[in-house]
Amino acid sequence: MSGVVAALGVWAAGFGLNLWLANGPVREARATRLAVPLIFGLTLLAMWELLVRGLGVPAVILPPPSQIAATFAGNLPLLWRDFVQTILKGALGGYVIGCSAAFLTALLVDRYDYLRRGLLPLGNFMAALPIVGTAPILVMWFGFGWQSKAAVVVLMVFFPMLVNTVAGLSETSAMQRDLMRTYAAGWGQTLRHLRLPAAMPFVFNGLKICTTLALIGAIVAEFFGSPTLGLGFRISTSIGQLDLGMVWSAILVAALAGTFFYGLVSLIERRVTFWHASQRGH
Amino acid sequence: MSMRRLSPVLVMVAGLIGLWYLAAVPMNVHEVLTAAERGGAEVSPPSAMERRDMGNWALVLRNPEHLGASWSSQRPRLPAPHVVLVELYESTIDEELNGRRGLVRSGSLSNRSLVYHGLVTLNATFVGFLIGAGLGILLAVGIVHSRVMDMSVMPWAIVSQTIPIVALAPMIIVVLYSIGVQGLLPKAVISAYLSFFPVVVGMVKGLRSPDGMQLDLMRTYNADAATVLWKLRLPASVPYLFASLKIAIAASLVGAIVGELPVQQGGLGARMLAGSYYGQTAQIWAALLVAAALAAVLVWAIGAAERRALRRMGMMA
Repeated sequence: MSGVVAALGVWAAGFGLNLWLANGPVREARATRLAVPLIFGLTLLAMWELLVRGLGVPAVILPPPSQIAATFAGNLPLLWRDFVQTILKGALGGYVIGCSAAFLTALLVDRYDYLRRGLLPLGNFMAALPIVGTAPILVMWFGFGWQSKAAVVVLMVFFPMLVNTVAGLSETSAMQRDLMRTYAAGWGQTLRHLRLPAAMPFVFNGLKICTTLALIGAIVAEFFGSPTLGLGFRISTSIGQLDLGMVWSAILVAALAGTFFYGLVSLIERRVTFWHASQRGH
Repeated sequence: MSMRRLSPVLVMVAGLIGLWYLAAVPMNVHEVLTAAERGGAEVSPPSAMERRDMGNWALVLRNPEHLGASWSSQRPRLPAPHVVLVELYESTIDEELNGRRGLVRSGSLSNRSLVYHGLVTLNATFVGFLIGAGLGILLAVGIVHSRVMDMSVMPWAIVSQTIPIVALAPMIIVVLYSIGVQGLLPKAVISAYLSFFPVVVGMVKGLRSPDGMQLDLMRTYNADAATVLWKLRLPASVPYLFASLKIAIAASLVGAIVGELPVQQGGLGARMLAGSYYGQTAQIWAALLVAAALAAVLVWAIGAAERRALRRMGMMA
């Protein structure tokens, strides 16, 4: 019971501190921007630990964070090999191939109206399909190695990226395009100086959605067959052994990788689309 | 839909189906030649060991007379489109009418047809989507208005999404089962989580899309935060909302399907995994087609609502 009371106390303290930081005299400080989410996260972690211990939750249902941290620290070389297999080879390989293929296709689709009218409805249709369902088929075709995972990721990221890029390329107004025409700008010049920059918020929206999709694709594809390493393999075998500490460690690796990946894309987005309304004002 | 809009799509679809038939030849050539050899025909090269190490196209070129069976192979790696359609017919209409548990023999609809499995998946998709999208909109409004929420929750909302929740599906289902929750809800939880993120990100972007000029105008009207929300931010966010709802419902369907993988209690995901275990590729493709049709109908419905809403708001010609 004391664990529960302590958890409530931690919550009240953390929330109060954050309220003061976010609205008090130091609200504009750079450190505050970093501290507030950190305090929020630490509060949640402390409550998790205290509640699990206070209520006596069995470790096969929800292990406390301290146990997950111990498992994580004790298996770093193993998890690193899983990371290389799933994230660097499967997810990143598929992401780069899929997104660049979609971007080039979008340029083609945008250039030729017939392709646009034919492929865009198909692309919209395919973007909505549960493409992860092709994982069993692709694993059958490309084998258990990382190539089949990259293939699933390529299929998963291609259509969202295509649809976003095409939507971005048609983002300019008739007035702006007319202006380029009065300058006698050709298709390439209009693309380079007007339409690509205008498309960037959409392109980055697609890229950000795809970071998450790539991770999901690479991990779920491993459920249908993988060599004896990889995050998906680690998760499914550890659940079989009821080693939830290891499951959460593998998920922690995936979360860290995903956050870094997403953060990197956001950073580039901020550099490229600094002029967009959503990037200003905060 | 007018012919002018439809014809390019039909041409592309016909091209894809043609490619599919063409691809079925090299994909299935190993199985086809093995079957032909068993039937007493002479294939080149004659030993299965040699064939295993050869490329698909080389085998196709050396055995042109046996390729007719590529589109009717018993255990194809890539079943031809009409094989998938036959499987689709057999597992929907035929199963409902003439199956062992179908209408004719038992007087009720079959619980083994793809229609039944599709409805199981659809239920979880809907419940998850409603929960996820609702919470997403609420959180986005909170984030735009409360500084402490923006600063503390937004980074974690993003981080939490990079957790591939679908990988957690087996664990969520096991844990919820052990506290007595099973059936639709565990799948809906996974669906809700997957549909949550696109809505939060899209809505935060949409609610922040009014530019400085428009916000300044509201200030000159002395509008309070609630008025700015109702009259400026929410209307401005509608295109973003619908764009993210379309992604969200598709993600929700994926969540429901993946949530069905660990427990074989019906649903399209269960059908796909069963097909993958028993090498029934046509069954996987048929389940995929039904999932695709479901996704198409769901996204089309949201698209129709979007067009109506935007037209009434005067945001679309």
